[in-house]
Amino acid sequence: MTVKPRDARKVIETDRVIAPGQSYGSVDDAVNSPVLLPLGRTKLWWFIGFGIAFSLLMLYLYTVIYLIVTGIGIFGNNIPVAWAFPIINFVWWIGIGHAGTLISAILLLFRQDWRTSINRFAEAMTLFAVAVAGLYPILHLGRPWVFYWLFPYPNTMGLWPQFRSPLDWDVWAISTYASVSMFFWFIGLIPDLATLRDRSENRFAKLMYGMMALGWRGSAKHWQRYQRAYLLLAALATPLVLSVHSTIAMDFAVAQLPGWNNTVSPPFFVAGAVFAGFAMVLLLAIPLRKVFGLEGLITKKHLDNASKVMLATGLIVLYGYVIEIFTAWYSGVEFERFMAFNRMFGNYGWSFWALIFFNSVAIQPLWSKRVRNSPIALFIIAISVSIGMWLERFVIIVVSLTRDFLPSSWGDYSGTLWDWSLYIGSFGLFLTLFFLFIRFLPSIAVAEIKELVHHTNHSESHEAPPTEVS
Amino acid sequence: MNEHNQDKQIDIADIRKRLSESQGKAYWRSLDELAETEEFQEFLHQEFPRQAAPLQSSLNRRDFMKLLGASLALAGLAACAAPVRESEKIVPYVRAPEEVVPGKPLFYASAITSGGYASGVLVESHMGRPTKIEGNPDHPASLGATDSMMQASVLTLYDPDRSQNVSQEGNMSTWEDATAALSAALAGLEDGEGLHILSGTITSPTLTSQLNQVLGKYPEARWHQYDPSHSDNVLTGAELAFGEAVQTRYELSEAEVILSLGADFLGSGPGKLRYTREYSRRRRVYDEEHAEMNRLYLVESTPSITGSVADHRLPLRDAEIEALARALAEEFGIEAQASGRPEAVSAEWFEALLEDLQEARGKSLVIAGAEQSPAVHVLAHAINEALGNVGQTVIYSEPVAANPVNQLASLTTLVNDMNADKVNTLVMIGGNPVYNAPADLNFAAALNKVPLSVHLSMYQDETSAVSTWHIPQTHELETWSDARAFDGTATIMQPLIAPFYGGKSAHELLAAVLGETETNSYDVIRAFWREQAEGDFDAFWRNTVYRGVVEGTELKTKEVSLTAEIPAPSATANGEALEVVFRPDPSIGSGEYANNGWLQELPKPFTKLTWDNAALVGPATAERLNLRQDDVVELSLDGRSVEAPVFILPGQADNVVTLHLGYGRSNAGNVGTGAGFNAYALRNSENPWSATELSLSKTGERYKLSSTQIHFSMDGRNLVRSGTLAEYEENPEFVEEMEHIVESDLYTDWEYNSYAWGMVIDQTVCTGCNACVTACQAENNIPIVGKDEVAIGREMHWIRVDSYYRGDLDNPELLHQPLPCMQCEKAPCEPVCPVGATMHDTEGLNVMVYNRCVGTRYCSNNCPYKVRRFNYLQYAELEENAFAMQKNPDVTVRSRGVMEKCTYCTQRINTARIQAELEHRSIQDGEVVTACQAACPAEAIVFGDINDPGSKVTAYKASPLNYGLLTELNTFPRTTYLAKLRNPNPALLAAGEEGGRA
Repeated sequence: MTVKPRDARKVIETDRVIAPGQSYGSVDDAVNSPVLLPLGRTKLWWFIGFGIAFSLLMLYLYTVIYLIVTGIGIFGNNIPVAWAFPIINFVWWIGIGHAGTLISAILLLFRQDWRTSINRFAEAMTLFAVAVAGLYPILHLGRPWVFYWLFPYPNTMGLWPQFRSPLDWDVWAISTYASVSMFFWFIGLIPDLATLRDRSENRFAKLMYGMMALGWRGSAKHWQRYQRAYLLLAALATPLVLSVHSTIAMDFAVAQLPGWNNTVSPPFFVAGAVFAGFAMVLLLAIPLRKVFGLEGLITKKHLDNASKVMLATGLIVLYGYVIEIFTAWYSGVEFERFMAFNRMFGNYGWSFWALIFFNSVAIQPLWSKRVRNSPIALFIIAISVSIGMWLERFVIIVVSLTRDFLPSSWGDYSGTLWDWSLYIGSFGLFLTLFFLFIRFLPSIAVAEIKELVHHTNHSESHEAPPTEVS
Repeated sequence: MNEHNQDKQIDIADIRKRLSESQGKAYWRSLDELAETEEFQEFLHQEFPRQAAPLQSSLNRRDFMKLLGASLALAGLAACAAPVRESEKIVPYVRAPEEVVPGKPLFYASAITSGGYASGVLVESHMGRPTKIEGNPDHPASLGATDSMMQASVLTLYDPDRSQNVSQEGNMSTWEDATAALSAALAGLEDGEGLHILSGTITSPTLTSQLNQVLGKYPEARWHQYDPSHSDNVLTGAELAFGEAVQTRYELSEAEVILSLGADFLGSGPGKLRYTREYSRRRRVYDEEHAEMNRLYLVESTPSITGSVADHRLPLRDAEIEALARALAEEFGIEAQASGRPEAVSAEWFEALLEDLQEARGKSLVIAGAEQSPAVHVLAHAINEALGNVGQTVIYSEPVAANPVNQLASLTTLVNDMNADKVNTLVMIGGNPVYNAPADLNFAAALNKVPLSVHLSMYQDETSAVSTWHIPQTHELETWSDARAFDGTATIMQPLIAPFYGGKSAHELLAAVLGETETNSYDVIRAFWREQAEGDFDAFWRNTVYRGVVEGTELKTKEVSLTAEIPAPSATANGEALEVVFRPDPSIGSGEYANNGWLQELPKPFTKLTWDNAALVGPATAERLNLRQDDVVELSLDGRSVEAPVFILPGQADNVVTLHLGYGRSNAGNVGTGAGFNAYALRNSENPWSATELSLSKTGERYKLSSTQIHFSMDGRNLVRSGTLAEYEENPEFVEEMEHIVESDLYTDWEYNSYAWGMVIDQTVCTGCNACVTACQAENNIPIVGKDEVAIGREMHWIRVDSYYRGDLDNPELLHQPLPCMQCEKAPCEPVCPVGATMHDTEGLNVMVYNRCVGTRYCSNNCPYKVRRFNYLQYAELEENAFAMQKNPDVTVRSRGVMEKCTYCTQRINTARIQAELEHRSIQDGEVVTACQAACPAEAIVFGDINDPGSKVTAYKASPLNYGLLTELNTFPRTTYLAKLRNPNPALLAAGEEGGRA
């Protein structure tokens, strides 16, 4: 089997789940070959991208060290705004992770074959986003070095955590989510790791992939157990899609602060998370398919479907905004009414209207198929949604805190340079992991795609014979 | 033995020398280093042979801590000029154990002076360290209460910025050299010609007698007085009215109708604490004992805390206040050359006031503000005379201050003499005239011409920098002294600790002027009182020092006859001209407390400003001049100008700019230097309190003021509930009817089988004076955070006084609401803490476990009252500096990253509990007094066990005026409020008159 030079291959744009004419070999070529390239022949764009990501990671580490040495006061938080940037960013990153789990688990159970091309990197995205998000609540503590007091471990103090606190529910939600996502991702990787092991020519790579492949030989028994485990994990992960962000929504819904204390919060947060998550999937998929030439595997069909999900969840989120304002008025509670008024017309009114623009107005072009088929338009809309969802958390968390019950204790808030450096730096952590991932692991689930190729070819073979590429 | 003694002497001398040589902030750090030295070890052995031993053997933690405490305290003592002498016994006030019991504080009676006048205090001392100041209930000016400056004076005691050595023109020197130089100079003066002494107002009988000795020895010597908060107008007014200097004091408990002509009698002046107590007792109608509620009419140019509790308040310019006084006097048949009542005072208002005053003959009272013109004072005396109030609500006596003079004139004479090179030797006892003398006198230039000037001062301040000699002054808690209260009652002040920095007292300096350089304050004070005491002197001494009051020294009522020579009105100023009003700062006074962090960070009444003063203008004036908050304006008066940021203050009289004195110090210390702007730069000797023709221009710059409150309207929320006396009498339940309906909640109630602590805050009498805030800060080791941290909302006060305006923008109702933790029954903070660091205890306190706190801050987000405070950075000083000695050992010093809050002074509850359990009884009502409650001059805070049906707090909670804040949230707060009752004149209410007050 010879590898066909990449530039010779024509870019195939298609509306189908995979481009016509794919074979096992072509899939391997497209996905696995770049992974197996010797380090020295890594493409320049990767080094540039990784370099930027790594620099941001260093900014992150610098901020974290300064934070731990100096204290949480380096941020703009105050009384009344005791939670601000770090919690906004925490919720934002966790939200981003949601698309991955939704794609891998729920769509698997619903047998949506289009998920196959994007689930691997979406899951990786989930994992990295959760890692980034999970660090925020710890760094945000006044005394981060005692974060483990939130875990129920046997200790000489004879103390348990306080299980009534939503923050302790968070600990469980996030750790469960992180571990299930990790297993799911890893199990899905095993057949691909075996392929890489078999195809790699470098001894060290062979050894590493071999260890990670856990002795996979591709026997029918292996496949049977693999499929069962995968499906079980999918079933396990499915409720997590709903529960994790619901739990995080409880951090706010349980409090009695106007603007937080909303029963609609859990489903509203989940919709928002999927919304933001699909935006991030698009943000990653569009450049990825371009640089790896994966247009045949991540097709316009995928972009189209992802944008439809985005539109649908975006509309749910818009409904959430409307219903929050309605409830505030309908409750008749003066504090709630003031909160809604202040959100729209107070000091930070700009943030509310900006979020409406980015989250609700900017997604309206997605009704058009032309827009849904334009990677550039989608990329711009996805960026808009990411900004909008960040602003949404700003509005909920910060703006609600600035004006609560007693006018005497009202305060204002503005983020400091450190707030921004920790946020921007966290992209460094995320992107560094992501760049390592796309360089050393197949960013598309090869085994699953091959299965899809098989099915497609099988059903199509009645019409025309498959084109053999190599 | 002898040998030992000799060694010891040498060691002490050596250590003392080291300590006297060390200077600046290095001093306290050097203690550790010192402890390492051989000499110190040796010293320790000889002084504490038993305790020193463990140093060499194994040392457990407890012993180590004890030793550490002992050695530090010891080193502190060694720093002073002489260890406390065998004969200098100081007498504990409350309990008198034979020896100090570690962990148990002792209380000593003494006094803290302000403007020369004493307020009696009991100083809490832990193992020789004074940590907290309480009022002395036996003292007439305190009655157990304190103000924030008295509270904060204990911080000044430990201030490492205090001057630590004698200096001659900036070079370090010694007391011996200074006295030698002084003696040499004095030797050249035959009868004292050329010797001038400058002091503040002096009430100290001993100091007065020493001054008289000096004047006796040097007949040509001159004694001048100057205090920037002088009461020249009061004196001149009295002299005009009675032909002699007469002290006026008031019996507010007798007064039913009070008119204040610009007098902030509850917020300033030497009698304010007592007046607040008497005034507030007359406003508590729901107490059976005091059925009649008094009524206060008040006119003032700038909002004062007295104004905030007045029933009828009108903002008037100072000129209008005089016009009102004249118009009123005419009505009583006094020839006052009135030109009609000022426009701002409506006919209805005037009539109502007149009628009320006339009806309450003998039980009414007119008080003129110290800053008002002499004419207003004369008129007030005349009206009081006409109303038959003299002897009833107004009491005249001999002056309390020694040799009262017109201080501005006195200072002017001194400056003229200095400029004429007539002053050879100038001895300045305290004071800081270079900073606070009227700008037109140019004191600094004159001082430069004096060959020998000696400045006794606690800080190396602006005046020290220009004087030839500077001598560090002892703090009032470091020296023996005496002083008199507003009614003349004398107190012998005992020291709580030996002087830290080799300071000298005024008594010692004057003794040196008299040639007695070796005399100490103790001997001087004792010698003076030995002559005064009748009978057994030792018994007198012990009893007097113990009680903090010298029996029978209150000044007797004096018969005076009114000559009523009323000065003609000065040319009426143009009503359009901008008027400037100078007032001492409500937090830091006239500048003497500028280096006190607690007071700098204390939010001032109404503005809630910290760390700065501002040009206060009313909303209408701001609108007309197109000024915004934080705009920097240039203020010019008589060719001098200063730049100041603008603060828009509702309730300020129109066209009046108020400037607070005491800021803009250049040599205050690390805390005070550079804070605010110097209003003295505009103040001249002709118009010390108010001047017209101020010109104001915008510079276009902005300045960030740090206020702890950004929103002053209640936005229609029912937070401070208030009503009139008439409403209350008609329907006592009117407050309850404002309540939102609270339905029972889902959670089961707590059960309290022992105590259930609760608090009630009476808003009718709360003046918003801030004493509680500083008292809490002192008691609970609350750190200061600095201006920048306050600006972003990180102040740490556990109790705050919220300020609201209601009604008319130009003359709003001014409301205060002190807000400690509500200790909610169903506290929203408790269930959200993931580690259980904030818990409900068995007595209903919402306690905070600092050690357990990881700092998620969720509790603060969920607290509807926002009373929780977070250590965003390491605010509490970890260094072993002098401030560490002020800390209350019963309260944890919090590290960064933990939440903190009010816990009803849980350490005080525990002290009482331990005592009660030792005596096999339960804690009695009134046994636990929280720090805020103890300080409150208005007795607005009531604390106790609500499980005890007989307790005062239970009775208050049963009052129909009792309500909880935000009870609709089902928090069931333990701290509740009594609605604010006012007693406005029904005639004015009916007329709908009264901008904002009806």
